[in-house]
Amino acid sequence: RTVEPLEYYRRFLKENCRPDGRELGEFRTTTVNIGKCLWNNNNGGGSITTADGSALVKLGNTTVICGVKAELAAPAVDSANKGYIVPNVELPSLCAERFRSGPPGEEAQAASQFIADVIENSQMIVKEDLCIATGKLAWVLYCDIICLDYDGNLLDASVFALLAALKNVQLPLVTINEETGLSEVNVKQKNPLIIRKHPVATSFAIFDDTLLIVDPTAEEEDLATGTVTIVTDEEGRLCSVHKPGGSPLTGAKLQDCVTRAITRHKEVKKLIDKVIKSITPK
Amino acid sequence: SLSPGDTSVLAGLYGPAEAKVSKELPDRAALEVLLRPKVGLPGVLERSREQLLRQTCEAVILGVLHPRTAISLVLQVLSDAGSLLSCCLNAACMALLDAGLPLATLFCGVTCALQPDGTILLDPTAQQEQEARAILTFAIASSERKVLMASTKGSCSVEEMQQCLVAAQRAATTIFQFYRDSVRRRYSKC
Repeated sequence: RTVEPLEYYRRFLKENCRPDGRELGEFRTTTVNIGKCLWNNNNGGGSITTADGSALVKLGNTTVICGVKAELAAPAVDSANKGYIVPNVELPSLCAERFRSGPPGEEAQAASQFIADVIENSQMIVKEDLCIATGKLAWVLYCDIICLDYDGNLLDASVFALLAALKNVQLPLVTINEETGLSEVNVKQKNPLIIRKHPVATSFAIFDDTLLIVDPTAEEEDLATGTVTIVTDEEGRLCSVHKPGGSPLTGAKLQDCVTRAITRHKEVKKLIDKVIKSITPK
Repeated sequence: SLSPGDTSVLAGLYGPAEAKVSKELPDRAALEVLLRPKVGLPGVLERSREQLLRQTCEAVILGVLHPRTAISLVLQVLSDAGSLLSCCLNAACMALLDAGLPLATLFCGVTCALQPDGTILLDPTAQQEQEARAILTFAIASSERKVLMASTKGSCSVEEMQQCLVAAQRAATTIFQFYRDSVRRRYSKC
């Protein structure tokens, strides 16, 4: 396994299964933990900092945690009725030995851009919903996605964690006092975030130009000749097809991936709904 | 240098050259892609584009023929009037051709814009990109027109994606013909 990893894998793939016992189209066990206010700090001086939503997702061994913090800011001049969503993916050196400490590497930056694209493409949070007073005040949602243990398939776990954390977010009601022009935050009254779409990502690894396996582990990703990630929403529309190079695929193979992604979406949606129902206080 | 319409990208390829010990790979060439925007410093968007370009080129370059070397591809955006990513892809491929690096297949970049009324537009301008419902960029390989790279912006249905893919594959033929003509022109002078 250490000396000739590719040959070792090929032997398994010929039998249509993988070393950890899974089928080619089978996902690892997914667990989701939605918690309230994992970290919470308060700084005076005018702005309100509240940690509103967090979620921990485990996809096999890959562990990703997402925390959403909401802050107030003035909207940009050219889009006065839009708030901001700022995703940030971090791959600290504790999650895998190949990530060094220091400024974010290419993988972390590419992942951050991918998450930003998914939010934008799927319209899961419409920026106009984040606006409180046109031209004066809007919400900024800082979404920090941190990988705690990297065992492949980072993008799927990140998207899932982001979705779960955002579903958990409760924003306090903010009103602008007409006379003073200052904002007043009503911590007692909280509204959940309006999430319009629920995108779910499905990643595949391509082996030897022909075989497609779902949910690759870190070992499989290293041996693969390419990867494909497909993000679908509940209507079966494609939010993103991300195939960063790698072996060429025919249109038919891509279609197979899309069909599998749509099935996966249904499974994940059921899981999220179950979790949300179990934590909602009555 | 490649300019479809007003979008212009300059590509420079250096290599295979000696690699730094920290970066060299024992069995293949190490490829590095740098994308410099027209204004400002390279940000997260450039990094993700660099990753797309790098992995596309790595799939195509026969790196095993040049182990422990480094190949650097530097792209400078001169002007952006839409379809930037496919312009970068085309510039990268022509630079690889010009340098004479061993390639498994050629590739070309095609951008499709899905307009709100459902029509597919190839090679959109910046204005058309703004109005479009979705923009799909594909890198199509010259052998059997397979998909090397896919990147989408905005959401679309599965059928629409397939239609765009077919249209892109058809357009790829025109682009490969353009490659042939350019290379012929270059080498017929001397």
